[in-house]
Amino acid sequence: MPPLKIKKGASSHSAYNLRPTFSEVIERHTLAVVVENEPGVLARVIGLFAGRGYNIESLTVAEIDHEGHRSRITIVTTGTPQAIEQIKAQLGRIVSVYKVHDLTVEGASVERELALFKVAGKGDSRVEALRLADIFRANVVDSTLESFVFEITGTPEKIDAFAELMRPIGLVEMARTGVAALGRGVAELM
Amino acid sequence: MVVQALKDQGVDVIFGYPGGAVLPIYDEIFQQNEIRHVLVRHEQGAVHAAEGYARSTGKPGVALVTSGPGATNAVTGLTDALMDSIPIIVLTGQVPTFMIGSDAFQEADTVGITRPCTKHNWLVKETDKLAGVIHEAFHVAMSGRPGPVLIDIPKDVQFATGAYTEKAKRKSHYAPQVKGDIDSITELARAMEKAKRPVFYTGGGVINSGTAASQLLRELVEATGFPITSTLMGLGAYPASGDKWLGMLGMHGLYEANMAMHDCDLMINIGARFDDRITGRIDAFSPKSTKAHIDIDASSINKVIRVDIPILGDVAHVLEDLLKVWKSNGRKTNAEAVGKWWDQIKEWQAVDCLKFKQTGKVIKPQYALSRLEALTKDHDRYICTEVGQHQMWAAQYLNFEDPNRWMTSGGLGTMGYGHPASIGAQMAHPEALVINVAGEASWLMNMQELGTSMQYGLPVKQFILNNERLGMVRQWQELLHGERYSSSWSESLPDFVKLAEAFGAKGIQCHDPADLDDAIMEMLNHDGPVVFDCLVEKHENCYPMIPSGKAHNEMLMGDASTAGVIDAKGSVLV
Ligand SMILES: Cc1ncc(C[n+]2csc(CCOP(=O)(O)OP(=O)(O)O)c2C)c(N)n1
Ligand SMILES: [Mg+2]
Repeated sequence: MPPLKIKKGASSHSAYNLRPTFSEVIERHTLAVVVENEPGVLARVIGLFAGRGYNIESLTVAEIDHEGHRSRITIVTTGTPQAIEQIKAQLGRIVSVYKVHDLTVEGASVERELALFKVAGKGDSRVEALRLADIFRANVVDSTLESFVFEITGTPEKIDAFAELMRPIGLVEMARTGVAALGRGVAELM
Repeated sequence: MVVQALKDQGVDVIFGYPGGAVLPIYDEIFQQNEIRHVLVRHEQGAVHAAEGYARSTGKPGVALVTSGPGATNAVTGLTDALMDSIPIIVLTGQVPTFMIGSDAFQEADTVGITRPCTKHNWLVKETDKLAGVIHEAFHVAMSGRPGPVLIDIPKDVQFATGAYTEKAKRKSHYAPQVKGDIDSITELARAMEKAKRPVFYTGGGVINSGTAASQLLRELVEATGFPITSTLMGLGAYPASGDKWLGMLGMHGLYEANMAMHDCDLMINIGARFDDRITGRIDAFSPKSTKAHIDIDASSINKVIRVDIPILGDVAHVLEDLLKVWKSNGRKTNAEAVGKWWDQIKEWQAVDCLKFKQTGKVIKPQYALSRLEALTKDHDRYICTEVGQHQMWAAQYLNFEDPNRWMTSGGLGTMGYGHPASIGAQMAHPEALVINVAGEASWLMNMQELGTSMQYGLPVKQFILNNERLGMVRQWQELLHGERYSSSWSESLPDFVKLAEAFGAKGIQCHDPADLDDAIMEMLNHDGPVVFDCLVEKHENCYPMIPSGKAHNEMLMGDASTAGVIDAKGSVLV
């Protein structure tokens, strides 16, 4: 197909930059969706992903402005560039959505996830678990003679790596929050 | 409260069906005279009637149904309105707030069920918020890309008194962008100056944008001299009698329209969405063209077809700016090349793809519609259809001169749409001629609404092309499934004349082409609902046809051989 001439951000909606790419490459994007905190808003967003067959790698939601009834949903999704553009446009169409930001294309951003790990074991493996936790800066938040609960924050990759290492030495359970993300610098979304 | 808010929104008619959970609202309706209530015979009918009202007026339609089964019966209509971007407001009753979640009698999770088939919906739990939500609902239904909205109102909220919110005090952040980016508009104008083989491809968005949009479109076509085609949804935006008109495009579109789309070098999509009925095989869709797309919905742009000049905005606003730019640039076109393009188009037009021969004693459906067109074209006329072959023939053989005159279920393809929609259109235009072009099978899906026409004295004409077949299904089985006609015979059909009479309406049957004109005149002259049973050729196929998975220039024509036309890959498509 011939290359297209549309400029990035050809429309004035920041999130709808109609990018000239219909490639097959799968990209991973982190979206920040500011929504009206009304009953059902999460169902609308999740229903959209389920109904149209989009991927959700991670999704977190919490109120960020109590007075203004606003919540922020952080979604990590994967898809072709065209699918990602569709996802953003479809999200932007939901009446309770104020703004859709694609943190992946809007400049540098930081991503963090919190996880709790339960590691059970005795003897050497306990020592090893503590040593690894120290390397990953994980905190012990609960302990018995035969188990620890570690708390760790970091990028999803760091948490994956920690889980990989803990698995052979007694990882029995884990809970992850999903990704929260913010753009770097002073700029404010909304 | 509900009735007051509806009055403030200028509502003059509601289509509905009562039940336990909406009795307080019905009580209010009973005690006033400004808003008329039309009692339909099935809630699906209420929603389609509201759609017919909306599409024939450009104003939102309103339906009122009860909780549980009332709400679930409304789902098809809501989905239909969502697919075709029709602004309607559906009010549903709900069990009292304190019983929600208890599997109470006639409780259904209405907002949950209708979330994917509405543009937005609300469950109102506080009476103080009710009026504000109703005003907001009208705003949402009508702004941006229009669509259906639903308000679920628990019975205790209906009973309670609360503070009324004035229409003007509505708080809303929902305000879709209507002005198009002027740089992109200028870029389009420049492309139009250079174009050698341009074509306007217009859709329902032009109709939805209001009559001003159709007016501007006509000016633009006049100013440029470019040919114009339209989707099923957009018929009437540009007059069929206009000399730049190519006819409808798409799966059953006209040869010249589809050929022009395939061979053009500049495609200007105005308020259409590259639906699969239009594009056919994506990778073979108009391979040589630069594509511009004007749409109010960002998710329609680049969804299916990659476009070169995207313009996000309302059609009327964008066309207004485009015309200004065009005029200020001195209205230059590449006249010589465009003239040659027209020569080519005239050759295609000479193929006369809608040609048919009416011979013998059996009425051809095409003939029936040609006669209907000839005998009704000077009337103040609104046409609805059901879904099937008759719908496509109606689109091909009836001519639409103005917007909002043509109501058909495009996106969802809902059999049973046309009859209630015709009732909605007739309610909005009591003096006009409203005809529902139907297939016998579709019509049976909502035939009970004949009772509604009778009750309200609505002289709607039900023009049934009776081929005793689920014709469109049969056609596909003929082409795709080795002529194995599995369940596509309309068996045990009623006697439509007697059926009409059972409702107190007039029934007419016609099977001889020689009698057709007189029979149609008899229908037109009858001041009341008529069911016209037009017995037509049973195995007529609807052509031209772009088979699924084929390109625009691989159209089947009326007398073409059809053996092996759709390959295995195409046959999985619908
Ligand atoms: C509610 C619904 N069910 C099934 C279909 C699939 N369908 C499309 S056309 C058609 C046949 C319609 O028959 P008829 O109304 O007699 O019209 P004809 O094609 O014969 O003109 C069917 C079953 C549909 N579009 N809608
Ligand atoms: Mg039929």
